[in-house]
Amino acid sequence: MRVTVDMDLCQSHGQCVFAAPEIFAFDDEENLVHQEHPDEAEREQAERAAALCPVRAVTVAPAPSPAAP
Amino acid sequence: MRAPHRVVVVGASLAGLSAARTLRAEGWTGSLTVVGAEPHLPYDRPPLSKEVLAREEEPELPRLPLPAGPDARWLLGRRAVRLDTSERRVTLSDGTGLAYDGLVIATGAHARTPRAGGPAPPGVFTLRGWDDALAVRARLGAGRSLVVVGGGFLGSEIAAAARARGTAVTLVEAAEQPLTRALGRVAGAYVAGLQEEAGITVRTGTRVTGFRTALGGGLCAVELTNASAVPADTAVVALGGVPATDWLAGSGLLLDQGVCCDPFLRALRGDGSPAPGVVAAGDAAKVPYALAGGSRVTTGHWADALAQGAAAASTLLHGETAGPYDTVPSFWADLHGARFRSVGLPSLADEATVLEHDPAGRRLEIAYHHRGSPVGALTAGRTSRLAAYRAELASAARSAGVCAAAPSAGTRTG
Ligand SMILES: Cc1cc2nc3c(=O)[nH]c(=O)nc-3n(C[C@H](O)[C@H](O)[C@H](O)COP(=O)(O)OP(=O)(O)OC[C@H]3O[C@@H](n4cnc5c(N)ncnc54)[C@H](O)[C@@H]3O)c2cc1C
Ligand code: SF4
Repeated sequence: MRVTVDMDLCQSHGQCVFAAPEIFAFDDEENLVHQEHPDEAEREQAERAAALCPVRAVTVAPAPSPAAP
Repeated sequence: MRAPHRVVVVGASLAGLSAARTLRAEGWTGSLTVVGAEPHLPYDRPPLSKEVLAREEEPELPRLPLPAGPDARWLLGRRAVRLDTSERRVTLSDGTGLAYDGLVIATGAHARTPRAGGPAPPGVFTLRGWDDALAVRARLGAGRSLVVVGGGFLGSEIAAAARARGTAVTLVEAAEQPLTRALGRVAGAYVAGLQEEAGITVRTGTRVTGFRTALGGGLCAVELTNASAVPADTAVVALGGVPATDWLAGSGLLLDQGVCCDPFLRALRGDGSPAPGVVAAGDAAKVPYALAGGSRVTTGHWADALAQGAAAASTLLHGETAGPYDTVPSFWADLHGARFRSVGLPSLADEATVLEHDPAGRRLEIAYHHRGSPVGALTAGRTSRLAAYRAELASAARSAGVCAAAPSAGTRTG
């Protein structure tokens, strides 16, 4: 799964850190850092973080479609 | 618990849209109607007191994302005027009747208007919606003078934005410091310091008694309790919100400065039982918080309206199995280059511990306790520290549990 943050939009609200602390964190300089390729198992948390971001800076790439039969 | 077929959302803003988005995101395909009093497409309010006022460029409506999935029916520019909870029907201002088996009350709040005598003259505004923001915006800039009435976060942001545009700004606050009631004296003094540094005149411990008008009828000065008057061509009254529950009069719902909810965000009736199929969220709702010992609170915060909208929708779909609402409140405001962020309910505190205090570096960290238990935290420029506070508050709330709050004195049934 791929998670991106538009750092031009991000204002360090921290909602994503609250929603998905395994994926998002702040460094000592108050910059947001995040895992770009978290485990697929964390999709729900990542999507919650994207929904909670007040400036909608977080994008979660859609789930890969199930392999064609 | 059967999922509803027809859901009506009243209030087409943050909480209502969050509920609508959640219904669709959970795969619910029933008929969805969203009613909104404003003619505009749903938009976000926080930018209205920040960049919309502060920036020179023409602002654009800060649109909110719409629900995905099957189309909703949008009834914008129309207000709900009556709710019949036994017939399960909402009546709109144009006479339309909407039957529901699930109803989300998300009508938010109106701006509180000044108590001081008589109707306010032209030049006196409140700031709640897009039209208000455009009207205020047009009156800011060098050579203009503004009085902001109310030194809470909203008033403080308006003052900061107006000052950034070169407006002469006076901030009038009844308490000894701005923000003291919500965040205590240290935070209040900290913010007052930033305001004075920015060239804002801060008048505390005084109230507005009236508005003086020029010959043409427009505002020329704001009169204060100590018999002084501040010359100004514009005033913005920022005294907080009044829950927009007027349309619920006669509905039988329990109203007490907001729609009283149970822990699942179901709206309660006068007898304390939940009204079938009715949930509430956002600035119109009063929700029990474990952090507050189970008392009902309206936080008036963006993140809480969003989270409550989603939780209310889950209750409509899943009933009590959705679980009680237990999100820790959180809030942000940006003032004079300081990024204030709070979690919990600092206004409940009887003790504030200052861990860092550095106005020049725009840093601040305060932990709030009530009877020794953590109830909140405030930081500026230290957002990194909030996640730990939030986790601590979440576990404190969990161990306190939500005890059913008895309706407080003065509660009335609509
Ligand atoms: C200028 C401003 C700045 C803010 N800044 C911040 C901030 O920095 N941080 C923060 O945490 N919070 C902030 N807030 C608070 C945040 O915006 C609110 O908590 C949030 O908007 C609440 O959402 P809501 O959907 O409950 O209510 P609202 O946003 O008030 O929406 C309610 C909607 O219902 C409509 N309505 C009312 N009555 C009826 C009726 N009878 N029929 C149909 N429709 C009706 C209204 O017209 C409105 O569109 C700010 C608020 C304002 C006004
Ligand atoms: S919630 Fe959004 S704005 Fe806040 S830190 Fe995360 S990405 Fe940035």
